[in-house]
Amino acid sequence: MIVNGVQIDDTFAEAFGMRGTRVIITAQNLKWANIAATAMTGFATSVIACGVEAGIERELDPSETPDGRPGISVLLFAMSSAVLMKQLETRMGQCILTCPTTAAFSGIDEGYPEITRIALSKNLRFFGDGFQISKQFNGKRYWRVPVMDGEFLCEETTGMIRSVGGGNFLILAESQPQALAACEAAIEAMKKIPNVIMPFPGGVVRSGSKVGSKYKALIASTNDAFCPTLKGITNTELSPEIESVMEIVIDGLSDPDIRKAMRAGIAAACELGAANGIKRISAGNYGGKLGQFHFKLREIMNGAAA
Amino acid sequence: MSALTFTLKTQPAQRIDMSPLTPDTLAGKSAAGVAAIELHCGNRRLRTDALFDIAGDDAADIVIQNSCGKLDFIGSHMKSGRITVHGGAGSWLGFQMKKGEIILNGDADAYAAAELAGGMLLVNGNVGDFLASAQPGNRKGMKGGLVIVSGNAGDRVGDQMRRGIVLIEGNVGAYCASRMLAGTIGVMGSVGDYVGYGMRRGTLLLFSTPRLPATLQDCGSHTLPFLNLMFKSFQGLPSKFAGINKNRVRRYAGDLANDGKGEILVFA
Repeated sequence: MIVNGVQIDDTFAEAFGMRGTRVIITAQNLKWANIAATAMTGFATSVIACGVEAGIERELDPSETPDGRPGISVLLFAMSSAVLMKQLETRMGQCILTCPTTAAFSGIDEGYPEITRIALSKNLRFFGDGFQISKQFNGKRYWRVPVMDGEFLCEETTGMIRSVGGGNFLILAESQPQALAACEAAIEAMKKIPNVIMPFPGGVVRSGSKVGSKYKALIASTNDAFCPTLKGITNTELSPEIESVMEIVIDGLSDPDIRKAMRAGIAAACELGAANGIKRISAGNYGGKLGQFHFKLREIMNGAAA
Repeated sequence: MSALTFTLKTQPAQRIDMSPLTPDTLAGKSAAGVAAIELHCGNRRLRTDALFDIAGDDAADIVIQNSCGKLDFIGSHMKSGRITVHGGAGSWLGFQMKKGEIILNGDADAYAAAELAGGMLLVNGNVGDFLASAQPGNRKGMKGGLVIVSGNAGDRVGDQMRRGIVLIEGNVGAYCASRMLAGTIGVMGSVGDYVGYGMRRGTLLLFSTPRLPATLQDCGSHTLPFLNLMFKSFQGLPSKFAGINKNRVRRYAGDLANDGKGEILVFA
């Protein structure tokens, strides 16, 4: 399969079942909502060492938020519900409670078969030292916690659902700047897709990994088959003209969300085409035995499963 | 199906206990069965059809016509459906109601919405004392739901109220929000003396500064974000409160003689 001169490999991305949640953060203006959301989703690129994978889903118009202020929706994913709950609590406490003028609300209330309510301010409220006040409107409970800038308003719980993490594709290009340009174009297109985040810096990861290592202590190590500087000395996946490979990892609330995002991203990268040095699109997998979700690139680009 | 309508034949000399006539208790009953229900009237028990002309068959939608202030316990313990009352209502309107809707086009007596746990009570008129409070001896008043009063309310509104929202468009008497445990009361008109007496938690929303006891203390003027959320939730309600969109208030906290975690918010 070739799109605009770019070869789409006959392979698949292997992804895993995760737990995901969404939080709506509002503030006096978009600037401060963004600051809070950026802090909350900081150091959350990979579950390997960060606990959660988190990112900003999109900006919200005041008409879309519960309190009528500008907002940001944030998605967080973890390998287990216990880790997600713990990470949500600490990140809410250190990044949202602390950030001036913010308020936080549940981002998942309906539309999924199985929604578990997890604490948003249920435990955070105790920061109020007895001065916290509970209010219930339209069947939802909110906490008003007195803080130095006024009151921190936060919904008691948010919804957690079974979701998918680790959808991915690789962009193989003739040079590093060209690979990066294609990634930027892909990320730009993928940001428009709801229910997904690309958790790595700027949405792009350059250190793709394989399972295992020559060092016994390590469970993962550099994906040497895709390292261009090792072309001559390893069992390479790269043809001679490939000089740089970058990966885009996608976490989404559901399997179809990831398919849509992958399709949009690959299409945007392919639009630059062979003329701009983009040669191949591939994907990372572990032979199909580890992850429950397989995203076949050619199937996605044919639109059959999108 | 048409609304099950009870039209009071004559003004009774004694008070009538209307608690057997709710959508839940009448569901599935035949016309003869409904007519045969006995109601306490003073020290006697009278058949429903001796007191009311009965028409219609939809027990989920009950209408009481020609009602008067002697009909107590209308919608008591109700769990579903709707009761519409034209004329006055006696005491204990919507007592311990759990779900559903009561609409009263007229005035109600004391203890309306007492220990109400859910659903909506809409009074297009005035109510007596002890709105949304507890029955004597009990420790908790209204526990949930929504009460809207377009007119005035008597003394002790929300006495020992525990949860829920009470919105009053007119004036209220003395001891408003007394011994309140939690919940929200909004009053557009004036409030009488001893407002917030013994208030433990909860919010009383006012539109003019009342005469406050010394145990309620000024905490200054503030812009409170939760008010946006609250007034947004009021949108669409059949009340003047639906049109309000303000979040700047003066906050008075108390009653400091009783834990002092309650608040009286007065719009600036």
